[in-house]
Order: sequence, then structure tokens, then C-alpha cells
Amino acid sequence: MIESTTIAVAMSGGVDSSTVAAMLAHEGDAVVGLTLQLWDQTRLAGKHGIPDAPKAGRCCSLDDVYDARRVAEHLGIPYYVVNQQERFEQDVVRPFVAEYLAGRTPIPCSLCNNHLKFDQLLKTAQSIGAERIATGHYAVNEYDAVRGRWILKRPADLAKDQTYFLFGLTQEQLAHTLFPLGRMTKPEVREVARQRGLALSEKPDSQEICFIPGGDYKQFLTAYLEEQGRQLPETAGELVASGGEVLGQHEGIFNFTIGQRKGLGVSSPTPLYVLQIDPASHRVTVGADEELATRSLRARRLNWISIPELTAPMRVRIKIRHRHEPAWATMEPTGADEVVATFDEPQRAVTPGQSAVFYDGDEVVGGGWIV
Amino acid sequence: MKRVYMDANATTPLLPEVFEAMRPYWMERFGNASSIHLDGQQAHTAVDRARATLAEFFNCHDAEVIFNSGGTEGDNTAIFGLLRPGDHFVTTSIEHSAILAAAERMALHGVETTFVAPQPSGLIDPAEIQRALRPETRLISVMLANNETGVLQPVEEIGRIAREAGVFFHIDGVQGAGKVPLDVRRFGCHLFSISAHKMHGPKGVGALFVRRGMPVESLLVGGSHERRRRAGTENVPGIVGLAKAAELAMLSLEDGTIDRVATLRNRLEAGILQLSGTGVNGALPIVCHPERAQRVEGPAFSFSSDIPVLRVANTTNIWFDHLEGEALVIALDLKGVAVSGGSACHSGATEPSHVLMAMGLDKTRARASLRFSLLKTATEADVDFVLKVVPEAVEHLRAISPVAAGTAG
Repeated sequence: MIESTTIAVAMSGGVDSSTVAAMLAHEGDAVVGLTLQLWDQTRLAGKHGIPDAPKAGRCCSLDDVYDARRVAEHLGIPYYVVNQQERFEQDVVRPFVAEYLAGRTPIPCSLCNNHLKFDQLLKTAQSIGAERIATGHYAVNEYDAVRGRWILKRPADLAKDQTYFLFGLTQEQLAHTLFPLGRMTKPEVREVARQRGLALSEKPDSQEICFIPGGDYKQFLTAYLEEQGRQLPETAGELVASGGEVLGQHEGIFNFTIGQRKGLGVSSPTPLYVLQIDPASHRVTVGADEELATRSLRARRLNWISIPELTAPMRVRIKIRHRHEPAWATMEPTGADEVVATFDEPQRAVTPGQSAVFYDGDEVVGGGWIV
Repeated sequence: MKRVYMDANATTPLLPEVFEAMRPYWMERFGNASSIHLDGQQAHTAVDRARATLAEFFNCHDAEVIFNSGGTEGDNTAIFGLLRPGDHFVTTSIEHSAILAAAERMALHGVETTFVAPQPSGLIDPAEIQRALRPETRLISVMLANNETGVLQPVEEIGRIAREAGVFFHIDGVQGAGKVPLDVRRFGCHLFSISAHKMHGPKGVGALFVRRGMPVESLLVGGSHERRRRAGTENVPGIVGLAKAAELAMLSLEDGTIDRVATLRNRLEAGILQLSGTGVNGALPIVCHPERAQRVEGPAFSFSSDIPVLRVANTTNIWFDHLEGEALVIALDLKGVAVSGGSACHSGATEPSHVLMAMGLDKTRARASLRFSLLKTATEADVDFVLKVVPEAVEHLRAISPVAAGTAG
């Protein structure tokens, strides 16, 4: 009979989640390994230049499921693959495609964490009698009795900090989730993996978006839309300078993201960067590096973690993309489910579709989607 | 922890007698059946004896039995060995993937296939097979019993249709062998595949009945084994195990064992159906009464030939409203009950059963359906245990996730 203290570990086949499973099993917890099968890596393989045989390091590549299963066998814990392909397509892939078609640059990982992964893992865990889940994310969560809230904090290994992708976690989710790696560094994790005899202790980290083999967004969009009987909409248009002067033509807005320098197709004595993408007119505005800098951002679809709600201006540091050093700003509520933040120093390439995550020291205050 | 295995349609354990029969053929009598010497002759004798047993099992001549690696090979041999560019092939949409994928492969070689869909009861209407025939149809392949629902198909009717049309007829007998009496003459088939491990024999061995004079090309070429119809050194221990399993299967059909399994299955089914929001896939009326479960004749189903919907003794496929079947399978496994829900895709995740989908179930219900398939050795205590665990698990799942059925991914 499964104990209510059972912990379901989300296993991706990588070092981090495998080590979590090994640590919990070693400590004597009842552990069940789960892998969410999110995307069939063979589905679009071979179409429009998408590689035929995806490498390891993406969600649900067969190699990763194989690795996760081997770890579970090694640890002697039950292991199951749970099919969430339809939900992933509906909650992550389709919104991702829609955002992209609207000229924004979405982050599917946050979409997945916010709308699928934690919700589904907890649901499946509770279905099978496990009260809590554990993941290999680098983040710290703890209960603050004074505030009566679950707090999400940056991890010990700031280079591996994944709190940016976790801003959407609800209090309920934080209360039932363990992040056992939060106070460890990556080298320590690899060392534990070695000690526990995990064969994959040297497996490289995955970096790419899991369902886009090769990391070529446009290739993916083309192949996916074609499979759906659709085509990449015609979005060719003008490439204009920030003053309005037409510099040339481009072949489609999907070729651009804010801050992009390469592949603009125009020459200029000084480097040019994409400043703005207008999905309606298909106009792409380019300009100098300095022009990329923005003083403020507006974010919606907010989630608050360390506070119940934002009711007054608050000093925070804001991270506007994964590899961004959080920058000081003052944010204030400007409507239902909307904040505007003003940076102390202008920030480069504030990109609609990415998320803005607000920090107070090491704590995640909350976050939202940049509009 | 007590474990009850109710996934016999996936595979079965060896019966002790089968294991004992195989034992000498690993080390003492290890010879190659093609060798001249005594060691070879011992192996040859064992294979000959096994062939005679299989001939009795199928009701055919010894020379019509080919030993192979199992159901997939038998199914593939029928299709790849008979069909040529320009031929037309008739099968059903509820076949095993060994048939469906082979048909897909043949599409690349100029063979068109018609997939006949089942009735909502899971039964293939022979009239639909008849309608699918074309002048260039060369082969019909229909399973004897469906792996998911246990529904027995009207193979005799289809055999008659094949004979009248002058078309070859293959039966995938994997899920029927050991559960119902076989008679390839009565079935009117030209080929009939079975697999040992579905009937308490070893994995990796099976047999194919090929009616004498059939122009079936061998999949494997090499030595002159199996009268040049299947190259490769005979798997002697496996073949001996298969024959023992076939012998015991014939006995089970006569000594009341299978009837006992049917009674257990009926009790299990009736017990689970006590839960609200449940029903049986693969028979009408949907709610089966124990005494009628084996032979359910729904008034809604009257074919021209008036064929009742029959099921093999060991299988019941049950849908559960308002829960995720995949979670239920995992929860039951952790509580010691092994059952199946849908088919495993390459990663091990579950896909909704193509059989249930073909029967017209929507995806949500197909996902929330579980197959219980009993071993020949199932006991009253097994059924008691499952009837204790399943309602608990179902109620737990429904309690924590009351709307899950509507949102299941």
C-alpha cells in the first residue's frame, strides 16, 4: 500500500532530477518516478530541415526516457511515463505558435511550468497516493509563518537559478513541491550523482526548448503549421529605421526577435538591432544599440508569491529574460492584473512575450508576462 | 506486497509443466535439429513431436505447421509472403499493429488495404468484409479474438466469404488460442498465427498454420529449415515449450478450467460494474449481467447472419467515467494490481486504444478504459483482492479530481 508520505519525483532523464530521485530514495523516502511525455520527437522529424534523430537533452526524447528508466531501475523505485502530449500541445505549443505569429517571443518553459507541469504532476501524484512532488529545479521554497505564505527564493547556485521560469507557481503548488537541489551547486549535484552510482553523472545539461529540435523556431513553425494544414502567414514587410526611413524589405516578422543583430539583411556603418516588431503592419523597426534601451515595462497575467497582491508601489529588482541580471525598478499596480515598472537605469531589449520576474533580495515577489 | 496479475492478454507466465518440458533442451539435449548425429536427432525428434501436437491443436496436418518467433512474425509472413504490387488487402481497423503496420508498409509497394471498422460492440460484420472485396483482393486478415475487448470475431462466416470469393484468409489467432477451441478447417482459413507466450508458453516462439500448397514466400531465407518456409535454426526449447502449452491449453478447454476463468471474470466484471459510471466495452447491452456476460446478444445488433457478440473467457474491458485511466493504471500497480489501459507507445506512455476508438468511443472514454485479462491460474482470492482495490482507487481518483475526465490530456 502506498504511503501518504510518498514523493513523486519528476524525472527528465537528466542529472538534476535523477540526483533528486537518488537523494530522496537514499534518505529512505518512498519515491515514485514520473516522466511526463510531452511531445513526440519523431512527429515532425525530417520535415523542413528538422533533424531526423533528435539528440538527447530534450523532453521525452527516447534516450531521456531510457535514461530516466535506467536510473529508476538502479534505485529500485517504481517509474511511470505519463502521456500529456495533448495537453502540452494545447497549453504550450499552440499558445507558443500563436504568440510567435503575433510577433512576440514567447518562453514555452514558463508556459509549461505555469499551465501544465506542476499542475499535472501534482494531480498525477495525488491520484497515485503521493502528497508531494520533487523536481530538479534550482530554487528554494519555504514556508514563512509570519506572512503565512510559501516563499520562492533564488538557489545557492545562482548560475543555475531557475526561479525565472517558476514565477507562476501557486501557493498550493509551492506547498506540495520539494526542490532538493536548491541549496546545492551543480558540481555538488554531479558529485552526489557519482556517489549514488548514477551512470549519467557527466551527461551535459540541456539548454534548448524541448520540442524544437535544433532550436530553429521558424523551421518548427513551418513544419507544425504545415502538419495542421496551415501555412506560415505572409508577413513580409518593411524594415525601417527608428526615424521612419525605409531601409529595405524583410521576408517575414518571424525571422526577428527584439534585440537581434544578425540576419537583418541591411548594411549600416554602425550595428543595427531590432527595436520593434509590429504584427499588424509587418513593419520591423531597427536602430542603434542605445535605442534598444527602455525605461519601463508593462506586465500582465501576474502571479504573486511573497505578497498576496501588489497594492502600492514597491522597490524590486526585475529580471526580463533568463540570462539577465535583475535590475532595480519601482513597480506599481496600474489596473486589474497589470503592473508598470520603471527601471532606475534603462534596460536593453524589453521583449513582449517574455516574462518579467520581480525579486526582493533573494525572494521572488511574483511575475508576469511583458506586453 | 500481494500482487495480482490481470494482464494475461499482454503476456502470461510459464506453467510449471511447460518449464519442466523445456528444461532438458537447454543443456542436455541442446542439439541442432538439422544435425545428423544423435544430439541433432534428439532435437529433431522433439521438434517433430511438437509439430504433431500443434497439428492437433490447429486440426491440420503436421506438414502445415511452421514454427517461428511468434505472432508478429506470423502476421507479417501472411502479408509480406502473399501480397504483391497491385493486390488488394482487406483487414480490420482493430487488428494488432503487426497487421496494421505491415499493411502500411505494403502501401509503399503498391498494395492497397481496406480497413473494415467494427460495430460499436467490437464485432466485425462479415457483410462489411464482403462489401470490401474487389476483383484484385488477394488476402483477408481478421483476428480470432480482439486483444482489448476479447470479442470473438465471426471467422467462420468470413472464411465462407473468402472461399466463395477465392481469396486467401489469414486469422491472427494470438488472442484466441488457448481460450477457445481451434479448428482451421472449420474456420476456413489458409493461414493462422499463434504466439506461445499468450498461452502460458515461452516468449519468442510461435507457430503459423499454412494450408498445404499455399504460395507463401518465406520472410527469412537461409538454411532449409521448416521445409524452406522459415530459415533459422529451430528454437528447440521454445518449440517444446509451445507444444506443452498447446497440449495444456487443449486440456483446459475440456477439464473446466476455462469455464472457471469465465466464472471468475464474470464475478470480477459484475463487481466492478457495481461502481457508478462504469460499463463494459465490447458487448451490448453495455451493462452485462454475470449470467449473460459470456454471450451477450443485443437486440440492436442483428446482422444479416444474426451473429451474437461473444467474448473469450478471460477478458473484460471496462470504462470508468470521471477519471484518468493512466493514473488509475499506475495507482492500481502501486497497490499490487497489474492491468492495462490502452497501448504503450515507444516511450512507455499510454495511448488511447485504437480498438476502442475504432468502436466509436470518444478519446476521453477510451483513455478511461481498463482491460482486465485473467490468467488461466486466476483464483477467487485474486478476484476478491481486485474487487477490494479497484473501487478504493476509483473513488480516490474521482474524489481528488472530479472533473479530470473532461480535461484529461
